[in-house]
Amino acid sequence: MDLFELLNFYVIPGIVLGSIYALGAVGITLIFAILRYAHLAHGDLATFGAFVALACVTAMGVPPLAALPIAILVTAAIAVGIDKVFYEHLRERPKIVTVMASLGIALMLRSVVQVVWGVDTQTYSRGIVRPEDYFGLRIRDRELYTVAALIVLVGGLQLFLTRSKWGKAMRAMSDNPNLALLSGIDNRKVVMLTWVIAGGLCAASGFFLGYNTEIKSMMGWHMLLPMFAAAILGGVGRVEGAVLGGLIVGIAEELSVLVIPSEYKAAMAFAILLFMLLVRPTGLLKGKVL
Amino acid sequence: MEFLGLVNYALFTAIFIAIYALLALGLNIQWGFAGLFNAGIAGFFAVGAYTSAVLTTPADDGRLGGFDLHFVLGWIGAMLAAALVAWPIGKICLRFRSDYLAIASIGVAEIIRLVIKSEEVVTNGARGISGIPRPAGDIGYTESQIAYLVIVLAVLIAAYVLVERQFNAPWGRMMRAIRDNEDAAKAMGKDVEFRRLEAFIFGAALMGLGGALFAHFNRSITPEAIDPMVATFLVWIMLILGGSGNNRGAILGAAVVWIIWSVSEIATDRLPHEYAIQAKYIRLFLIGLMLQLVLRFRPEGLLPEPLRGDLRGSRRTTKSGADHNQARSTGPEIDL
Repeated sequence: MDLFELLNFYVIPGIVLGSIYALGAVGITLIFAILRYAHLAHGDLATFGAFVALACVTAMGVPPLAALPIAILVTAAIAVGIDKVFYEHLRERPKIVTVMASLGIALMLRSVVQVVWGVDTQTYSRGIVRPEDYFGLRIRDRELYTVAALIVLVGGLQLFLTRSKWGKAMRAMSDNPNLALLSGIDNRKVVMLTWVIAGGLCAASGFFLGYNTEIKSMMGWHMLLPMFAAAILGGVGRVEGAVLGGLIVGIAEELSVLVIPSEYKAAMAFAILLFMLLVRPTGLLKGKVL
Repeated sequence: MEFLGLVNYALFTAIFIAIYALLALGLNIQWGFAGLFNAGIAGFFAVGAYTSAVLTTPADDGRLGGFDLHFVLGWIGAMLAAALVAWPIGKICLRFRSDYLAIASIGVAEIIRLVIKSEEVVTNGARGISGIPRPAGDIGYTESQIAYLVIVLAVLIAAYVLVERQFNAPWGRMMRAIRDNEDAAKAMGKDVEFRRLEAFIFGAALMGLGGALFAHFNRSITPEAIDPMVATFLVWIMLILGGSGNNRGAILGAAVVWIIWSVSEIATDRLPHEYAIQAKYIRLFLIGLMLQLVLRFRPEGLLPEPLRGDLRGSRRTTKSGADHNQARSTGPEIDL
């Protein structure tokens, strides 16, 4: 196999898939670091976002990319709402209770999607898109948009976290919650901001998975494991780590079919997760271990 | 005829409740005693079901085995296999907070599903394994159902007696001590990781046994026999509603939830066809909502964990002692 074949058929799809995982993993890592629990409904929240975008496309006839901002806003609002209704009153209880509640939320979100939109596979736009040729690299427009969205959204998030007052408050809560609370940071606002960011990124992740492949009611659940693997691989609490982790998991999944049967592609994320927990639970970029 | 139908339905329901009660007991060892979050119950269930199926079916050219062993050996094999799958996962994940185990157990269930679907040599792929012998299966239908119910109940009672004994034994007290205050237990010289691993493996073995009982009841097992997420979730809601930390609660929860679940199925089956599929998902939504309501309004469940002496007021949220965020919140706490 020559280099271009490797790049075109494995590495480029891997980067695209990795960008999708990374968008979700950033939200997981923020929730893990700031709210301190594993949010198991993250995948199904991404499914929900993808279907909101689909509803916009079919109802208003807008192009898929124009539906993305709407999906991000709606999903962010839903995420805040879920937190207010279901998670907020569990905050003083052991964190694992919230993990359990989030498993229930995953089931509820998925059944809402299945009731409202059905269980059939759908797409944003019909027809085959031929990839363009860039010096031998075959890349589709939508693949470029996916990677561009990752760069723009995560770049913006990094600026927000490092430059703005509320971003710094979020980082403070992640580093040392007691000290942050003592210095007068409003916990409720930080929690809400975390959900807005995580929900919005979740919708983007689900949207781009649907944009590059198909939209299915189970697609988010199957993304949950790779997203967690990415967050832990990069180091919990590290945004840039989640991006790095997402890309590694995505590329590893695509390359894995060269050595193991393709049915086991999904097992790659699990193998990475266990390996990291075994040898370096803090992740590549020295994150937290809860 | 009508009466016989009712009897058969009641027997069918009772057998299912007993099998689910076994799963809930297994989860109670993991969650109720040790505070371990296992979200891959269906995986251990499937391992048990397939192991027993391979061990007890007559030889078949198309796949591994079968070994045509006695069903008791098949059931023991199922428990051993489930325990063997649980061991490495527990070994890796139990050093950390239970969140990591939750994620890893979802992964395990997913991998087991993949293996069952694609390893035709062992599991016969999508066709599944049929012709699994059922103990006392060659007498009349109703008689055989009664006989199987008796066997399943005997297994359940044996499991209950053993688990209840462990709960009141020093081992049970130690597990709850580790669950409620890891640091203190460590300071008393308890090997926290090893004890958690024990609880995880025992629980998984019971889940494997539940799977084996299911396979022999059905006389066949296919990848589509159970919906992993639904099965896992049903067992969780059974334990939480019944009362985690209470073995009688786990069994009561299994009965209550399974009856609600099957009555709602009867109700939705009467709907016209175009609503029937949606109704299935509405049932799932409601079962998810039920968990949220129980967690909020009755976290201790129908039968709370039995506590000796006046411990209730003095319990603190130090389930995971290392987490300062949790240690900070004080006050009477539920028995999780």
